Amino acid sequence: MEYLIMTIKAVVVFAVVAGSMPFIVWAERKVMADAQARIGPNRVGPYGILQSFADALKLMFKEDVTPRQVDKPIYFLAPVLAMIPALTAFAVVPYGSPEVTVYGVPIFYVTDPKQVGVLWVFAVTTLSVYGVVLAGWASNNKWSLLGALRSAAQMISYEVALGLAILGVVLGSGSLSLIDIVEKQAVPRAFGIPGIWLFAQPVAFLLFFTASLAETNRTPFDLPEAESELVAGFHTEYSSFKFAMFFMAEYINVLTVSAVVATLFLGGWLGPGVGQFPLLGVVYFALKTAALIYLIMWLRATLPRFRYDQLMRFAWKVLLPLGLANVFITALWVGLRGGT
Amino acid sequence: MTEWILFIVLTAVAVGSALMMVLNRNPVHAALWLVLTFLAVAVFFLVLGAQFLFAAQIIIYTGAIMVLFLFVVMLLNLEREREPIVTGGQRAAAVALAFALLAVLVIAIAARTSFPTMAMVPGGITLTDLGVALFDEWLLPFELASILLLVAMIGAIALARRRT
Repeated sequence: MEYLIMTIKAVVVFAVVAGSMPFIVWAERKVMADAQARIGPNRVGPYGILQSFADALKLMFKEDVTPRQVDKPIYFLAPVLAMIPALTAFAVVPYGSPEVTVYGVPIFYVTDPKQVGVLWVFAVTTLSVYGVVLAGWASNNKWSLLGALRSAAQMISYEVALGLAILGVVLGSGSLSLIDIVEKQAVPRAFGIPGIWLFAQPVAFLLFFTASLAETNRTPFDLPEAESELVAGFHTEYSSFKFAMFFMAEYINVLTVSAVVATLFLGGWLGPGVGQFPLLGVVYFALKTAALIYLIMWLRATLPRFRYDQLMRFAWKVLLPLGLANVFITALWVGLRGGT
Repeated sequence: MTEWILFIVLTAVAVGSALMMVLNRNPVHAALWLVLTFLAVAVFFLVLGAQFLFAAQIIIYTGAIMVLFLFVVMLLNLEREREPIVTGGQRAAAVALAFALLAVLVIAIAARTSFPTMAMVPGGITLTDLGVALFDEWLLPFELASILLLVAMIGAIALARRRT
């Protein structure tokens, strides 16, 4: 019974995440158009909202070209490997108040492994590199391989900062469980400052957000697919629906990153009135996630791409020392207070 | 019963992919089979109640070490491994040594374990248990190991920089 409930929740979460993807793509095109004083998609449906569905259909009916020199098994495996990690991260993210139950079963989180929790998010993030790296290698194309190599080095470097940023929050919360981390943020701090980790751990927030952007290959860290130097980078040789899968993976990653940041730093489902009306929690969570997605799109429209040496220097000489200092200071603070 | 089925399936995946790793001539394919082995071992940890080790195994081995392996293999653009030149004597010696190692492992480890198929502590090992063990009981060996890693890292950098 327990497994059945968990399976149903997992399927629903999967459907919602995958179903919101076309709208995120549409939103990005509208936001980008706005930033560049264009109109953006406006032909398919009201405000062009169905554009993504039209594009998806078009991609499905396109010829699926498989170049002769590719490493077939890995070439087919790579798009799948790119999509899976982003989706599985949602298994531990609470997307509403755990107090809401149907027949005694909390419905707003899939599972809450107390001993793993946020480590699971970190683990699947580290696995997301395989899709890109293998796609680049299996394509047997120099541009793809360069994209893959860049991606591998970039992800290894930024994972370090990501882990250190998570440590700051985990130390402060005294738990790995994302539900515990959110509940810890409910208590206001001195001078009525809300207890969300954004205010208590600003360095960790900046580190985590920056490193997450790098992990998902979004601008300004989109070197693995830099179109001005590498044709299309790791997915140069992919067409039709296999290309669409990489495309989907990128946008699901954006959604995952936003949801995780909203949970870790913005208090997840917390907000005014959630105590009386626990159902409101889903709305707050969705709003916070949407705001972060907008921020990521805004950054893409605003920032230029890093140069490769700048990217590496930034990870190892700026983010790493900052992260270490943050962990050290947080540990000291927790220690002096005698626990969390 | 369930844990026996799990145990058999996981063992088959772990041993099978380890064999594929050794027998494969393509370095990238071999690396990927090793990734599968590591993942199977990670699930073993989970079944045995070591939840933190499960996460650590994925993060460190599959997420970091194997990605670096792949990076190096791709950077050097290794082609299919050529048939190594080995004499009959070398081959016989290698087989003998491999069996000697196997015997030592069987005597030292396999003969002494009870082969648990599920967590021996009810509910598994918590992070608190692990933290207390590492930073209380085994503090000195733990810190020595980290110093050893630091020395190895500095040594590698020093050796690499000497040429320039």
